[in-house]
Order: sequence, then C-alpha cells, then structure tokens
Amino acid sequence: MAWNDTRPLSPHLQHYKLPLTAYLSVAHRATGIVNSLAIVLLVLLIASAASTPENHGFMAGLATSWFGSLVLFGFTLTLYYHMCNGIRHLFWDVGYGFEVETATKSAYVCLAAAATLSVITWIVAAAA
Amino acid sequence: MRNLRTPLSEVKGLGSAKEGTSHFWAQRLTAIALIPLVLWLAFSVASLPGMDYLAVREWLASPFTAIMMVLFIMVAFYHSRLGLQVIIEDYVGGHAGRMIAIIGVTFAAAILAVVGVFSVLRITFAG
Repeated sequence: MAWNDTRPLSPHLQHYKLPLTAYLSVAHRATGIVNSLAIVLLVLLIASAASTPENHGFMAGLATSWFGSLVLFGFTLTLYYHMCNGIRHLFWDVGYGFEVETATKSAYVCLAAAATLSVITWIVAAAA
Repeated sequence: MRNLRTPLSEVKGLGSAKEGTSHFWAQRLTAIALIPLVLWLAFSVASLPGMDYLAVREWLASPFTAIMMVLFIMVAFYHSRLGLQVIIEDYVGGHAGRMIAIIGVTFAAAILAVVGVFSVLRITFAG
C-alpha cells in the first residue's frame, strides 16, 4: 500500500538541515579526538629524540614525509579550531553569546580565526 | 512535596556523584591554560629549522622550552582525558564497556604524559 500519510515527519537527521552552529559543535568533539591523537604523536616524537638517533630518525622521517607534513598541517587546523571554538565555549560558560544571531556570528569568527592562525603558522613553518 | 535532600547535602552542593562541578571546572581551567601553550607549541614547532636529532634536542634542552613543554604535556593530557571521558560517557552504553574505556583512557593519558615529561627531562638533564 502506498504511503499516503501527509502529516509532517519529525525532523530527524535526514530531513532537518542542521544550522552552522550544530556543525561546529560536532566538529568540536571530532577535533578534540584528533588533537588527542596529535599529543600522542608529539610524545612519541619527543621520546624518540630522548632515545637514539636511529629511533628519532625514523619518527622525524615520518613527520617530514609528504604524508607526515599533510598530517601536521591537519593538526594545526584541528588544534586552532578546537582552541577558537573552546574560547567560544568559555564565553558561553560565563553567560555571553547565547542569542542565535550572536552564536552564528561567533561561529564565523571562530572559523576565520582558526583558518588565519593556521595560515600564519604555515607561513612561519615555510620561512623557517 | 517536601525536599528530600538533607540540608547538609544542599550546602555541600556535590550532587549524587559526590564530585559537584569539579570535572567541569578542571576542564575549563585546563582549557584556559592551553590557549597560550598551544600558541607557543604551534609557533615554536613551526619555527624549527629542521627535525634533525641534534637540533630537536638542543631546542628541548633550553630551560624555557623544557618548562613550556612539560606544562603543555601535563595540561594537554589532563584536558584530553577529561574530554574523552565525556565522549565515552555519551556514546558507550554498557556499564562494563564504559568503565573499561574510561580506565583505559585514564591509564593511557597518565602513562603517555609521564613518558613525555621524562623524555623532556632526560634531554634537558642527561644530555
């Protein structure tokens, strides 16, 4: 029998277009997990520098390979994004910025700030 | 209906889990501390001329770098452990699985933080 119920569906994920602020919220958790992996790799790199030149050479080789550089570029984005959105959260924690318009505006500011900081860091890295 | 909470429990404000806002507060404190630490880390790593053995060791052996790196490692792993705990509590349904995951994340964070701090100190003091 054909579906002839015209009553509106509850707006679940396949029917409801998430607002920008919701995507940033999801991304905050996702980047938090990625950043946890980043600090694990940082410790492995430092531990290798504390051991033998061979161990360090292996880790540094990974970090400076094209894939390693791509991962490091990604980590600058996720770290800065999580930091900027975290600052947004800190403002919410003290009671500011809850209005829909303000939250949307701060979402754009957060994305722009994270992108700008990443690009500046990449320029510093390229110049070094 | 009468309030069933005792006056003492209301004054203490620690709730049924007996930890009150300590998780929330620790997460925010570490978040604030990580703002300068992340900026320092990103720009110092970006400014490194290369990743070769001696250059990295010389960088980590300087007192300022060593202090900042030890601070970053301790605060970052604490913050990471707090955040991953919340994610586990939200998405891992079973009681046993949830407890195992939280214990695992806590142990991993503690071990990795100690390995990181030990490595920095070894480079700084043992050359």
